[in-house]
Amino acid sequence: MHQKILEILEKDSRISVEQLAVMLGASEEEVAAEIKKMEANRTILGYHTMIDWEKTKRELVTALIEVKVTPQRGIGFDKIAERIYQFPEVTAVYLMSGGFDLTVVVEGKSMKDVALFVSQRLAPMESVLSCATHFVLKKYKEHGFVYGPEEKDQRAAIWL
Amino acid sequence: MIESFINERVKGIKPSGIRRFFDIAAQMEDVISLGVGEPDFTTPWHVREEAIYALEKGRTTYTSNSGLFELRQEISRYLEERYQIKYRPQDQILVTVGASEAIDLAIRAVIQPGDEVLIPEPSYVSYSPCVILAGGVPVPIPTSEKTEFRITGEDLASCITERTRVVVLPYPNNPTGAIMERHNLEDIAQVLREHNILIVSDEIYSELTYGTKHVSIASIEGMYERTLVINGFSKSFAMTGWRLGYVAGHPALIAALTKIHQFTIMCAPTVSQYAAVEALRNGLESVTKMHEEYDLRRRFLVHGFRKMGLECFEPKGAFYVFPSIKGLGMSSEEFCDRLLREERVAVVPGNAFGDSGEGYIRCSYAYSLKNLEAALERIGRFVKKVRKEKNLE
Repeated sequence: MHQKILEILEKDSRISVEQLAVMLGASEEEVAAEIKKMEANRTILGYHTMIDWEKTKRELVTALIEVKVTPQRGIGFDKIAERIYQFPEVTAVYLMSGGFDLTVVVEGKSMKDVALFVSQRLAPMESVLSCATHFVLKKYKEHGFVYGPEEKDQRAAIWL
Repeated sequence: MIESFINERVKGIKPSGIRRFFDIAAQMEDVISLGVGEPDFTTPWHVREEAIYALEKGRTTYTSNSGLFELRQEISRYLEERYQIKYRPQDQILVTVGASEAIDLAIRAVIQPGDEVLIPEPSYVSYSPCVILAGGVPVPIPTSEKTEFRITGEDLASCITERTRVVVLPYPNNPTGAIMERHNLEDIAQVLREHNILIVSDEIYSELTYGTKHVSIASIEGMYERTLVINGFSKSFAMTGWRLGYVAGHPALIAALTKIHQFTIMCAPTVSQYAAVEALRNGLESVTKMHEEYDLRRRFLVHGFRKMGLECFEPKGAFYVFPSIKGLGMSSEEFCDRLLREERVAVVPGNAFGDSGEGYIRCSYAYSLKNLEAALERIGRFVKKVRKEKNLE
């Protein structure tokens, strides 16, 4: 059951326990307990709202930075990754295969903001060998959600 | 004057009773609908992409009358894997313009004037007109909630006469959501073995059963030879607009159906056929995903109706629930008419699917949860109001 709960919550975390229970054919208590368990063991890390900030006055620039680093003996990339993800500007860090080591996603108010973060915080770190910053120009889809207006139902109201 | 040109058979077909709902609903804004009989999902992207590729490659000619051989091979494999029924792609499968064409062909190929065709009711609206156009006589087998809208051997036996030539088997059922399980099929097979009656089994919703797998009557002992199995891509793969279905059966019957098909249709749409090959090869995962989603919505909707105090049997197939409004002192049509005008929710009166559907409404869950939730709220408000009005509380 927990797999199903997660699949539903991933799409809509605001769904009520009651509705979840109805849809899964389980009791509310069971579902609530299952969710609590998954929150406790950090299977569910948190609940997040998808926002199209373009629709608001807030300025937001997102950049993807390719980072090459020297891994450290014994701990590999984890230590350096941690030192990077502690910055609040950093919204995601991934260890990559291929031509570079870490993808670091950074958000800032302006390009200058982000550029300063890279030049003053990220690049000077001891194990960081190089950074290549790519600015996001337009977001089309994130976490399975497509930006922009909702597709209208094309179907007639009644059809047998 | 002009009307005199129209033949008696066409005149004999009653216009759909719910035509006026179409018209009212079409003029309203802000209608929340549970009235549609097609998936809300779009065709899986890989299937659409395959169609684009087919167009790019210039695959724009006719195919063979029976359909692309490649597609018939895939259909053959699918029917065997999924329902344990074996059909040769060479001469036992015909690709049609939707299951609708297959139904028409099946009836036309076998019905002689005056022949009776048994049709369980409530059911989809096209069987009767097809029978009438072919000069046959549609004979309803009424079903009820008592048997969860299934037909029994007894029901069947009581409707059979010397003129009975065909029985239509519309399961999983639109509008009731009823299914026929193996033991139900065994029960009617026992009756059919004693008669020379052809089965036209419309299995278009076969992928959409809940809690139990669909069983085709063709897989029941002694039924294979006398069954035409009809299926298609519309419901399972969310491909309604592609107009693609098929019929499988005895080579002699398929040859007869193909004769009509080749002179009236030529072949099913070519691009759709290429898309369907992709759907059968790589689309079953999407089918499962959609099925899971329908199942969640099904439980949600049944629960919603029961919570407002309407009796609602648990449908095990298709994507409809069929709650009873018998306790509210009004006909299905009146209910639907008022619901549309007063709360702007479109549902379909049960009697649109035959007299035995009176007292019920068909609500589709081929809609997003958000939409279902909003519709339930409005219907609940309406039911409350009606109860108050009629002192039914």
